[in-house]
Amino acid sequence: MSPLLIVICVLGGLLLIAPGLIWVERRLLAVWQDRYGPNRAGPLGLLVVLADTLKLFFKEDWIPPFADRKVFVLAPAIVVITVLMSFVIVPFSPGIIVVDLNIGVLFFLAMSSMGAYSIILGGWASNNKYSLLGAMRGAAQMISYEVFMGLSLMGVVLITGSFSLHDIVEAQRNMWFIIPQFLGFIIFLIAGIAETHRLPFDIPEAESELIAGFHSEYSGMKFGMFFVGEYIGIMLISCMVTCLFLGGWLGPAFLPPIVWFALKMFAFIGLFILLRASLPRPRYDQLMEFGWKILLPLSILNLVVTAGIILWNES
Amino acid sequence: MAILYIDNKPYEIPTGKNLLETCLTLGFDVPYFCWHPAMGSVGACRQCAVKVYKDENDTKGRLIMSCMEPVANNQRISISDPDAKEFREQVVGWLMTNHPHDCAVCDEGGSCHLQDMTVMTGHNYRKFKYKKRTYTNQYLGPFLNHEMNRCIQCYRCVRFYKDYAGGKDLDVFASKNNVYFGRAEDGVLESEFSGNLAEVCPTGVFTDKTLKQHYTRKWDLTMAPSVCQHCSIGCNTIAGERYGSLRMIANRYHGEVNGYFLCDRGRFGYEFVNAKDRIRKPMMRHQEVDHTTIIHELSILLKQPGVIGIGSPRASLQSNFALKALVGEHNFYHGVSDNEHDLAELAVKILNEGPVRTPSTKEVETADAVFILGEDLTNTAPILALAVRQSVKQEPSAQAVQVNIPLWNDAAVRGIVQDRKGPLYIASIHATKLDELAAATYRATPDDIARLGFAVAHILDESSPVVENLTDDQYQLAEQIARALLAAKEPVIISGAGCESDAVMKAAANISWALQKRNEQTGLVYTMLECNSMGLAMMGGHRLQAAFNAVMNGHAHTVIVMENDLYRHGNKSDVDAFLAACKNIIVLDHSMHATSSKAHIIIPAGTFAESDGTLVNNEGRAQRFFQVYEANEVISESWRWLLNIGAAMGNMRINAWKNFEDITQAIANEEPLLRGIDTITPSPQFRLAGQRIPREPHRYSGRTSMNAKDNVSEPKPPEDADSPLSYTMEGYRGAPPSSMIPFFWSPGWNSVQSVNKYQETVGGPLRGGDPGLRLLEPDATKPVLYFHGIPEAFKPLEDHIWILPLHHIFGSEELSAKSPSVEKRIPSPYILIHAEDAANLALHENEPLTFYIRHHTYSLPVKITTAIPHGVAAVPYGIKAIPCSELPEWATLKDESQINVYTHARVNVKQT
Amino acid sequence: MISIIRTMWLTFLHMFHKRATIQYPEEKIKLPARWRGRIVLTRDPDMGERCVGCYLCAAACPVDCISLQATEDEHGRRYPEFFRINFSRCIFCGYCEEACPTYAIQLIPDFEMGEYNRQNLVYEKQDLLINSEGKYPGYNYYNVAGLAVKGKDKGEGANELAPVDVHSLLP
Repeated sequence: MSPLLIVICVLGGLLLIAPGLIWVERRLLAVWQDRYGPNRAGPLGLLVVLADTLKLFFKEDWIPPFADRKVFVLAPAIVVITVLMSFVIVPFSPGIIVVDLNIGVLFFLAMSSMGAYSIILGGWASNNKYSLLGAMRGAAQMISYEVFMGLSLMGVVLITGSFSLHDIVEAQRNMWFIIPQFLGFIIFLIAGIAETHRLPFDIPEAESELIAGFHSEYSGMKFGMFFVGEYIGIMLISCMVTCLFLGGWLGPAFLPPIVWFALKMFAFIGLFILLRASLPRPRYDQLMEFGWKILLPLSILNLVVTAGIILWNES
Repeated sequence: MAILYIDNKPYEIPTGKNLLETCLTLGFDVPYFCWHPAMGSVGACRQCAVKVYKDENDTKGRLIMSCMEPVANNQRISISDPDAKEFREQVVGWLMTNHPHDCAVCDEGGSCHLQDMTVMTGHNYRKFKYKKRTYTNQYLGPFLNHEMNRCIQCYRCVRFYKDYAGGKDLDVFASKNNVYFGRAEDGVLESEFSGNLAEVCPTGVFTDKTLKQHYTRKWDLTMAPSVCQHCSIGCNTIAGERYGSLRMIANRYHGEVNGYFLCDRGRFGYEFVNAKDRIRKPMMRHQEVDHTTIIHELSILLKQPGVIGIGSPRASLQSNFALKALVGEHNFYHGVSDNEHDLAELAVKILNEGPVRTPSTKEVETADAVFILGEDLTNTAPILALAVRQSVKQEPSAQAVQVNIPLWNDAAVRGIVQDRKGPLYIASIHATKLDELAAATYRATPDDIARLGFAVAHILDESSPVVENLTDDQYQLAEQIARALLAAKEPVIISGAGCESDAVMKAAANISWALQKRNEQTGLVYTMLECNSMGLAMMGGHRLQAAFNAVMNGHAHTVIVMENDLYRHGNKSDVDAFLAACKNIIVLDHSMHATSSKAHIIIPAGTFAESDGTLVNNEGRAQRFFQVYEANEVISESWRWLLNIGAAMGNMRINAWKNFEDITQAIANEEPLLRGIDTITPSPQFRLAGQRIPREPHRYSGRTSMNAKDNVSEPKPPEDADSPLSYTMEGYRGAPPSSMIPFFWSPGWNSVQSVNKYQETVGGPLRGGDPGLRLLEPDATKPVLYFHGIPEAFKPLEDHIWILPLHHIFGSEELSAKSPSVEKRIPSPYILIHAEDAANLALHENEPLTFYIRHHTYSLPVKITTAIPHGVAAVPYGIKAIPCSELPEWATLKDESQINVYTHARVNVKQT
Repeated sequence: MISIIRTMWLTFLHMFHKRATIQYPEEKIKLPARWRGRIVLTRDPDMGERCVGCYLCAAACPVDCISLQATEDEHGRRYPEFFRINFSRCIFCGYCEEACPTYAIQLIPDFEMGEYNRQNLVYEKQDLLINSEGKYPGYNYYNVAGLAVKGKDKGEGANELAPVDVHSLLP
């Protein structure tokens, strides 16, 4: 397939699935809370996605007079751009990848770090104490968890010996990395949730304390971009987990590789939503303590042990 | 000063008061029923119990009634003692045993002293399980509703009605548990002060019947401080509005002017505001027009030369001043008859330039000798009559003081005083209600009254003019009066414009001046005919007759008549001719009357309830009334109309005045006698804690529903550019400055009794001083120049009768007479003649007497009395179909052609 | 750690529980009698209006959405001349019902009052008054209040003695 077609397909697919996830999340949450969820608009309530999108488009796109106008507009764009950029290195199946960078994992980490800017700038530009508080929390949270996220991946990279995601997937033909790197998998999963500030780690938003935190002042499509950005973020983390630990597109041959990939990814999305449905939000200090005092030593331990085993095997 | 320990805390207090007053002044909540600050204590209700201790070692103490206990130095009491509390709760429980379950349908509910006290004492549950006593009610006239079931037997009603206001027809009947307060039989309550029962009664036995017809709870009213417009005393009132109509008038305590009480004319005369025939739309030659059109048309019309303006004694200073500014000083005329004009100017001259001070109503209460010349106070200035009723108690109660009975101990003082009364002398045309209190009365024509007055003055001071040809009786009476006045510490002379005689007013001035030389505490009170007569006289302007001449001689062709029915002030044929000669008659008024029905252009002015303005009362006290509610449509104050028209005309001077503040400052700067009137209320920018003062109590209801019928979206409340009051319930919740208290309320005190919390001392001045500014202060250094020109004694003329006006509390005043409840009390037209004259004319009661005044024929049913002099007749003033501006006047009974001769003769008499 | 996984597992199991949602409007709900829904004005056992226009409901209303004007018939019985509730403001708190001394104003289990035009949510007396005693059958305010009205003179109410004869001297 030509690279341009792949780009269009990936982009189109993502932008279609992301709003669809809104429906998925609402239905799943409802199911786990003994409700029905949106079931009125269209078959199974699927058109609620369309209704929501239309609503967002027609809402007043308001910029508060006290806000820093340019930064305020820029912030939601950053989140969408960085997350979409990350998809460049995701191998959906053999051949369906935009560019197979040899520093793929590093590129992903770089882009997700960039995402922190969107929260900081958005909260700062809103010129509102709750937004600023949210932004500060967001920055601290994302920078902290970035560390463990990177370290937790290193085990996989060590085993594979490559930063290329394609190579990493190929290296799992015998065994998915979830088995040798179970600790790395857990740490990456937790860090991934924190990185996308999904519940239960939605501390920068925290409706009950900060009234939506960094995006309090956003409305209309700008809010929509944050909103959609978050769902694309979920997909990204799911894709990464799939590639890094669950063997990507690999699976028995009765289904095409892309379907295997999608199944694994959606399973993780489901897990994300289940987490939201079942766990309460930790306190901010608890989150930081958990990160630095538990996850950091664990990920270093994981790295050292993995490296040691590899050296042992080689020698 | 003494030290009082209340619950072991020391307080510095003045002596001479009782414990209850003292505790209330200090801000403690002690419940009470029978005690009233104006009426003293009788210790009947047992509600105000507190504990008194012998000394600091006494832990047991004893219960006493705080209203009956004088304060003493180092006294120790406890209000919160459990025994006292339990006692008070039980007392209210007993009082409530027969009280019906009808607060929901009781007009007192929400402003009820009994409710407040029941809550205050903590009596929450009824323990009485037996049957309740019931009573039948009585019809008490158009003003008050009677519901005896609610009575708690505190006796306040009879103590006010009989003992304080001198009423005869309300009493207490039966005995023990069957005590009944009412009349001997159904009928109209006769007293002019009956309306106060609604406020004096701590529960809902007596309630305002006019309020009942459009009933609104106190908490739902939009209220503003107002000033009564129905006589010259200028009592302070609270006017309350709901759903765009005025609902009630309540007393607004003023320590100097009206105290706790209002007369029935003031309380019930407000309904003209809601009348159906109010002028509500601008009319141009019988066509309704809108606001912009009328302003535009008038600005063109009034630019032409030949415009004159006629002001009014019932319009505010601001309105009169705006008219004067619009038409120019030379074209501004006082809309009062020449005689009224002269009398008012005379009063201002005497009070402003003479050496004698005019006392306030409160000071008249404490006068110990009063001489009334020519005024029937009960009908022309009722609250002053109430004050005179208290003044006769002054001298005898001095005896109580001698035997150490404090004056607040009402029952004991009355026991000592018995029926004795202080010196009160009344010289009047006809019998007055105060006669029963008088040491001596004198019934005569105004000229003879003046002669008596001059005679008294001459006895007091030889240098005042001598009265010739006095009879022995007259001289003896004059001597008796002079002796009584000399013996008094604070004598007061009262006279006024009521009998339309300058000689009477001059005689009163002479007496007070003669007395002043011996006693500097002498006071002189003049009553005026209308609420702002004094203010108008203090503002320059020409006579009404001059206005007539200006138009008749062709100097002017367009006239603006502001808030004035010329037919009340000029005689009918003159006014007819004048109005016929005017090319454009522009009437600016709120109610239709004879003049406005002839107008070419009618502009809807606001009544007092829809206006801001300042009035000057008979004491020379400038008082501000505030707009209660914004009338919708186009109605606004006369002065605002005139300012708008002036601005549209391009009048630079008027254009500079944008609101009430501006125009009031202009008056203060330009009118020397009215200097300072811009300081009597805070400026519109005034805020307390950054907030306006709300016109509505915090429980005001229905905001999101009252206008929902027309539009479910609530309109923005109007903003008041003229005062610091707001038209909403939002704003400062504490006590506002004394000059703008929209309503009395204090936590736990929902009834009018909460006024205690607004006073410096209970029954004393309001916190921050009583409002208003006295503009006329005497100059005692000026030499006294006595009035001369003593009139001749009155001699009856054959075939003629000297007709005098007789004032009636209900009917003589123009605006209140339009109120339906007052209308029911207006006497039907009559002519009062002496029995001998009636016999000479062979007339019997109610037979018509035909008489002629200046070519007009009148025929009225006769009333016969022996209480007026021979050769004199009296007709009710200001009542329909009766001439009032012409009086006093000779009327001929037979031949019309001779009139001119005698009119001429009368003028000669006056000039001598 | 275990507890977190257990929590997630238990939440996951809710997938197979019965739904709590009622599929309104296809399915209707049965509401208890004291449900606070639409406000009505009820009548006495003799079918007279119970409301005496005391204004307590209006005063109790936290959103000030009740307004009325009391008036009287020729026998002294009070009733509201108009009675208006702006349901677009009403929060159905039921304070008006608690404040009502005559059981006149009652909240009933009907909530289906949606309108497309907000103006239609302004209910006047004829929209509020129902021909029923509502939740408190048999109660008649004038029977226990001291006031005389048509059909009940002084002393004829519950727990009332005959009116005092002022002229009597008997103990």
